[in-house]
Amino acid sequence: MNVKSWTARVGLALLAAFAATGAAAQTLRFGLAEDPDVLDPTLARTFVGRIVFASLCDKLVDIDEKLNIVPQLATSYEWSADHKALTMKLRSGVTFHDGEKFDAAAVKYNIERHKTMAGSNRRGELAPVVSVDVIDASTVRLNLSAPFAPLLAALADRAGMMVSPKAAQAEGDKFGAKPVCSGPFRFVERVAQDRIVVERYPNYWNKGEIHFDRIVYTPIPDATVRLANLRSGQLDFIERMQASDVPQIKTDSRFKVEKITEIGYQGLTINTGKSDLAQKNPLGRDAKVREALELALDRDGIVQVGMDGEADIGNQWVAPGNANYAKNVPIPKRDVARAKELLREAGVTNPSFTLVMPTTSDAQKIAQVVQAMAKEAGFDVKLQATEFATSLDMADKGQFEAYILAWSGRADPDGNLFSFYGCKQPLNYSGYCKPEVDEMLNRSRTTLDSAERKKVFEQIAAVVLKDRPIIYLFHRHWLWAHTAKLSGLRTIPDGLVRVQGLRMN
Amino acid sequence: MVNYLVQRLATLVPTLFFVSILIFGLQQLLPGDPALILAGEDQDPSVIAHLHEKLHLDKPLPIRYLYWAGGVLKGDLGESVRIQKPVRELIFEKLPVTLELAALAIAIALSIGITAGIVAAVARDTVWDYAANIFALWGLSTPNFWLGIMLILFFSVTLGWLPASGYVSPFEDLKANLASMIMPAFVLGNAIAAVLMRHTRSAMLQVLNSDYVRTARAKGLDERVVVLKHALRNALIPVITLGALEFGTLLSGAVLTEQVFTIPGFGKLIVDAVFNRDYAVVQGVVLFTASAYILLNLLADLAYFAVNPRLRG
Repeated sequence: MNVKSWTARVGLALLAAFAATGAAAQTLRFGLAEDPDVLDPTLARTFVGRIVFASLCDKLVDIDEKLNIVPQLATSYEWSADHKALTMKLRSGVTFHDGEKFDAAAVKYNIERHKTMAGSNRRGELAPVVSVDVIDASTVRLNLSAPFAPLLAALADRAGMMVSPKAAQAEGDKFGAKPVCSGPFRFVERVAQDRIVVERYPNYWNKGEIHFDRIVYTPIPDATVRLANLRSGQLDFIERMQASDVPQIKTDSRFKVEKITEIGYQGLTINTGKSDLAQKNPLGRDAKVREALELALDRDGIVQVGMDGEADIGNQWVAPGNANYAKNVPIPKRDVARAKELLREAGVTNPSFTLVMPTTSDAQKIAQVVQAMAKEAGFDVKLQATEFATSLDMADKGQFEAYILAWSGRADPDGNLFSFYGCKQPLNYSGYCKPEVDEMLNRSRTTLDSAERKKVFEQIAAVVLKDRPIIYLFHRHWLWAHTAKLSGLRTIPDGLVRVQGLRMN
Repeated sequence: MVNYLVQRLATLVPTLFFVSILIFGLQQLLPGDPALILAGEDQDPSVIAHLHEKLHLDKPLPIRYLYWAGGVLKGDLGESVRIQKPVRELIFEKLPVTLELAALAIAIALSIGITAGIVAAVARDTVWDYAANIFALWGLSTPNFWLGIMLILFFSVTLGWLPASGYVSPFEDLKANLASMIMPAFVLGNAIAAVLMRHTRSAMLQVLNSDYVRTARAKGLDERVVVLKHALRNALIPVITLGALEFGTLLSGAVLTEQVFTIPGFGKLIVDAVFNRDYAVVQGVVLFTASAYILLNLLADLAYFAVNPRLRG
């Protein structure tokens, strides 16, 4: 072998070694609890999909740890004096993953797409937006039919996600198979139920904050297996771990656990007017019986037994720590004697009702604790475990007396409130309807001043928490586990992982 | 032969028609409005109305069937509403995964099951026989998901030898592919091995007591030749038939095992689709597997016809 070929070989080997270290691409391996639905912000409907969107699609604004609205694609915003127009200044130098420019025209296109596309899930969130004006390339104005306080929170979620107009026009309703947005990562591939791969977008406007080259999202529905993958080193991060696994993983220094109190809630929805069943049952008929049921329940006990302590107790649509929590209606203490007295006053000492619960292990445990506690006050609670899609159908048709239902929550209280109490609203499974409450709900939407708005929430709380079509129980903790090497994690209450600032040490 | 083929092909059409009606009809028996679950958390009435229209849910059942069957005849199995992907693509994405898992599982089942069956029959009423029977009892009574999780905890978490779950294509990385498939294939194979072992044992016992084996032994043949060459060949016929049946079952997806090991095959596809009421996916996949079954069955019959002179007129 001659010298020339030797040097060539050594050179090649060195090059290869250099390439291997230099190209040790950082990948974040992320374990999801479910396989997301379609990756089109206009059509998307699942919580888990929003986790993936956090890396793919930037939004006009975002929320921070305290649920404040902070800039993202819009650098600032301003309401008009009559609160019927929202003017936003847009970030310059932002491009979509296909190289197209992000500007005011793109915002107009996106808002109109959300509002008009067949099957859009965003229409309700943007209902009061009547038109969008392009003032100049970096200024856009949303004109509203009436003031709408929840608008900014909607723009901090999927309604504010901006997709490339060119790609969206070209792909039509197939856009979700290959989404093109302007977020820190761009779409690479998706194998249904197996993985979603995204790679760093080199022209991202905030690229200094991005420290991974790739993220691979793997849906693993079984929580035990998800955790096993983290512990065996196949994953770096898992969302929604089981509360019962927390003590075990906490003692292992290789991992860290993060907890965030959710913006949603877990509660008992009671049929008070959705169907004839409401009047046939004392629980649906009489608010006193519902009050007795609430007083029979010990929320701390429910959280300890049903959730291994991993939840904050609550009695409203927002958690007690939330700025909009109505302090005029605090969490009632358990009082079995008073509960019995109320039942006597209502003339039913042993009311019986059926509690429908989805077949998740959490819901079943909670239902059993509720059953046992309510029995002490004289309630005879029958449990009916029902597959989720079926239970949803029963709720929609009013074929239930009480139903354990969780809500993932929205950043603005309106998202946890309006559709649940407004007459004939889609999530109003109770069938609750009071014109005075409708009036207050509408007022909470049109009042933009936060102190004033809080007062409206207190007025609503005073009425609906007395009528009790929903008995709120607690707010779950989002439980994340990850390798201790991962840093820069922000715990934002919507339970979505922001990839900006995340790094592997 | 030609007559027979024509006859069989003629029965194929009504069979497939009947199967398609059954698949479609059973699916409709599922409680719940699919639009409600597909509409997601917000339950926006305009979305629900749109889904009703898109899925023809507002039309009577026979019309809905015609829409679907019409598409199928044109080779269009519809589209997954949940992830917006044609069902045909989903099937071809999952088919190689399921085929590989089924093949590996059957290979494991056959090698363990037949070996244990022979040992148990030859060493009847000895410690070996009891051990093989205990193994069979264990294999039959161990739930797949439990065994799967135990294997993950031992081989992945404690020892760190194998990946806990997931799937890698063999064309990408054969070693990683086998590493990810060995545990699920073993879990599936283990249960089938137990059945095969029981059948091999009883078939072997029967054959070993037959006249021709006695003759072979009387000729002074080596016991190994008697067992493996003379007895096993005949004893294997029912075992192979059984193995083929089990293989067919595996093709329709191993739901629990695929769920535990996160193997993206037919089982996982169907279960997710059922829970999400993604009708087109359920119907498409079931129709595909049913057709594959029917076709394989036809091929088997034709092969039988070809080799068995008594059937030819």
